[in-house]
Amino acid sequence: MARVGVFVCWCGSNIAKTVDVEKVAEAVSKMPSVVYATHYKYMCSEPGQNLIKDAIKEHRLDRVVVASCSPRLHEPTFQRCISEAGLNPYMLEMANIREQCSWVHDDKESATKKAIELTAMAVAKARRNEPLFHQEIPITKHALVIGGGVAGIQAALDIADAGYKVTLVERTPSIGGRMAQYDKTFPTLDCAACILTPKMVDCASHPNIRILTYSEVEEVKGFVGNFDVTIRKRARSVDMSKCTGCGVCWEKCPVKLPSEFDEGLGQRRAIYVPFPQAVPNVPVIDRQHCRWFTEGKCKACEKLCPAGAIAYDQEDELVNEKFGAIVVATGFNLWDYSAYGNFGYGKYPDVISSLQFERLINASGPTEGKLVRPSDHKVPKKVVFVSCVGSRDDEHGYPYCSKVCCMYNAKHALLLKEKVPDAEAYVFYMDIRANGKGYEEFVRRAIEKYGATYIRGRVSKIFEVGDKLLVRGADTLLGKPVEIEADMVVLAAAMEPQPDAKDLARKLSISTDEYNWFSEAHPKLRPVEVLTSGIFLAGACQYPKDIPDSVAQASGAASKVIGLFSKDNLISEPTVAEVDEDTCTGCLLCKEVCPFSAIESKTIYDKNGQPIKVVSTVNEGLCHGCGTCVAACRSSSIQLKGFKDNQLLAEVDALAYAE
Amino acid sequence: MKYAYYPGCSLHSTARDYDLSTTAVCEELGIELVEIPDWNCCGATSAHALDKEISIALPLRNLAIAESMGLDVVAPCAACFNRMKSAHNAVMQDAELLSRMTARIGKPYSGKVRILPLLAVIDELGADVIQPHVKRPLSNLKVAPYYGCLLIRPPETVQFDDPEDPQSLDRLVAALGADTVKWPFKNECCGAGLSISKPEMVVKLTHDILSMAKRCGANSMVTACPLCQANLDLRQADVEKIYGEKLGLPAFYFTQLMGLAFDIPSSHLGLDKMMVSPAALLAEAGVRGV
Repeated sequence: MARVGVFVCWCGSNIAKTVDVEKVAEAVSKMPSVVYATHYKYMCSEPGQNLIKDAIKEHRLDRVVVASCSPRLHEPTFQRCISEAGLNPYMLEMANIREQCSWVHDDKESATKKAIELTAMAVAKARRNEPLFHQEIPITKHALVIGGGVAGIQAALDIADAGYKVTLVERTPSIGGRMAQYDKTFPTLDCAACILTPKMVDCASHPNIRILTYSEVEEVKGFVGNFDVTIRKRARSVDMSKCTGCGVCWEKCPVKLPSEFDEGLGQRRAIYVPFPQAVPNVPVIDRQHCRWFTEGKCKACEKLCPAGAIAYDQEDELVNEKFGAIVVATGFNLWDYSAYGNFGYGKYPDVISSLQFERLINASGPTEGKLVRPSDHKVPKKVVFVSCVGSRDDEHGYPYCSKVCCMYNAKHALLLKEKVPDAEAYVFYMDIRANGKGYEEFVRRAIEKYGATYIRGRVSKIFEVGDKLLVRGADTLLGKPVEIEADMVVLAAAMEPQPDAKDLARKLSISTDEYNWFSEAHPKLRPVEVLTSGIFLAGACQYPKDIPDSVAQASGAASKVIGLFSKDNLISEPTVAEVDEDTCTGCLLCKEVCPFSAIESKTIYDKNGQPIKVVSTVNEGLCHGCGTCVAACRSSSIQLKGFKDNQLLAEVDALAYAE
Repeated sequence: MKYAYYPGCSLHSTARDYDLSTTAVCEELGIELVEIPDWNCCGATSAHALDKEISIALPLRNLAIAESMGLDVVAPCAACFNRMKSAHNAVMQDAELLSRMTARIGKPYSGKVRILPLLAVIDELGADVIQPHVKRPLSNLKVAPYYGCLLIRPPETVQFDDPEDPQSLDRLVAALGADTVKWPFKNECCGAGLSISKPEMVVKLTHDILSMAKRCGANSMVTACPLCQANLDLRQADVEKIYGEKLGLPAFYFTQLMGLAFDIPSSHLGLDKMMVSPAALLAEAGVRGV
């Protein structure tokens, strides 16, 4: 027979003013199993806790009900309290008679009645409580960072500096990401390469960081503390241990291709490093275009390589490793603006993307920083910058704001004037969104000091006449159509998720939003976590972000990883789902509905090794105890420990049959 | 090949030349056109501005008759085509509207007919079928293909060609041996509907179009819409006077150009009905004397 003690708290006057606490204690003391009931001014205070501890000893209580505030506030306090008195912490039940009663009611009589009912419900549940036990799960203190852009680099460095091992996986031949493509950065105009390349080198030389470039995550299994990850290291066709990065191979390679890094404006070879400051400074062979791989002849690079590093017979390698935590920093993709037929479907050579403009003004770009038009290599004297191309545009692109374009448009207008002082810069904008430190001032500088002409309105059509581009739009402040005869047009194309973001999300069992940006656990209070424990987000893979935001979030993600790794073991909550294998029919509906991929199927075999039946099984490391599976189970075979059907129904009964 | 033919009001009045040349060219190509008996107004202009249901009921009646003939419908006029497509789409998406409309017109409609602009029929034949009929390639004509709006927009309604950079006229002009001028105003507004209420605006818009065509090297225009043709042709004298610009760009229907290339007698093509006479251009281009 259970022996329940009930402790009703006044919370000073917070509860006692509206609820007759004495009456509550008296009413529940008459309930079956209740052997002791009392009230006290501050139950959470030390004397209050001692009162509970003493009563447990004196009255041989085996369960405790505290009627006070929300369990969110003091459940851990009272769990600790009763466990110090020798009880299992899960033998505690709380009735919230403050937030859900005294604070929201005025009438003392009815509030007291409600408090009695709430406490009676807690007693009914407490009678059916069972001791539950934590599990300890060891943590592999090795982090995986997916994506080697500035966010991934920052996260890797922070985690590595804290003393933990990091593997940084990047799918292109070099780390650096988008930022490596940029010329200068707003609002300070630091050169992107000058501030990024030292970090790239730090990564490469850090004893705790291993960089795997030209590699991709193939499969992720396991759970927080114990992810089991398979990484595909694509065949580089160059032996990294021998190559010195001298560059003879790519200088002599006869195949010329548009360079991805230069956004198609420059050329690369079939054997190439994407850019001069690449880390690692080891080329890869693009097997789809290399003459040896396509035609079976050439081998110029092998003949010329002084280090004998060319390895045509290299094969993809699958690396399988355990990681304790994963930081996802896969960045963004630039939306293909050729969907805009009225801007020429991407056919006009001098209508370019902002990223192409970055390459055109970059000293390491295809023109070595000389700003010229792609079509005829003439210096443009009139450039129109168009905002919101595919952003805030449901019809062609996305309804969201890409957040960074207003700033880089101002930067581009300003840099245009620096490069070509007699050039005119026109910026078409819908709104100027410059909400960051020093941002508004920067935009004002572009307008006031550099004389960029800002036109509030959309561009309706861009067309070629002769060697000019006519940009037609509306000036909504003047209420008039405008037409500008430009030499070049730069489109601020929307930022969109990586095309394969959904695939990666599936591999990681994390969720994405309607556009395929990765979803955070809570938009305000848990912005770097996802709903799957042990996986964190950094940078623009979550939503368009600029460099400061990406770096800040990366450090946030790193600190989450460091916090996780600071413990040797993970303490798992025991309030997780549990399957009754006898009654489970193996329909696996629970597996379908589980938001955390914590449920798997399991085959049960007889002693002769013959399969008897298939049932579901819960991975306690992944289960968050949300209860979705319980609601879905058709045969009530899956139960949430601490919140079983009989416990919850007892509460309902206690309420329904209350006097 | 047999189609239910819907000429609409313009092909029986201001666009007689379009009707004549359509008939002549289709005959040459072996396309049989059976005029929809007892056809009525397509609902363009007044109806769809005033009463949505009448604007659906009118074209739907014509479509229902065509359906009873068991033929697909060809409408040379872009506005007729657009109204028919709009009505068809509206009733296909709303069963309740369909039953109300069929009650109103007193005829059943199941929506099985295909509704095509004449240009689509020609485009579907393709250059391989057209070219063997070309007896006098239009080699010296530099033609600016002008599509206007109703033929290609809104794209979800008309489901024909590309709304921003249409190509069907370009392909046809090339198949006839003429030069297709690359120019940016293929789908600019000609001011169509404002022709009566705001003629000065139509003159400006028409000027922009003609002037751009000329600037891009055109010596003639080709259209697939009676209203476009009327504005480009009829207003050209006003444009020249008001803007002091010599344009001299005959505005053909594509069927007239086909007829010229097929060597069909001019009298069957209605060339004499054009306000900007093509005679000098055609003589100079060596196509023929008119």
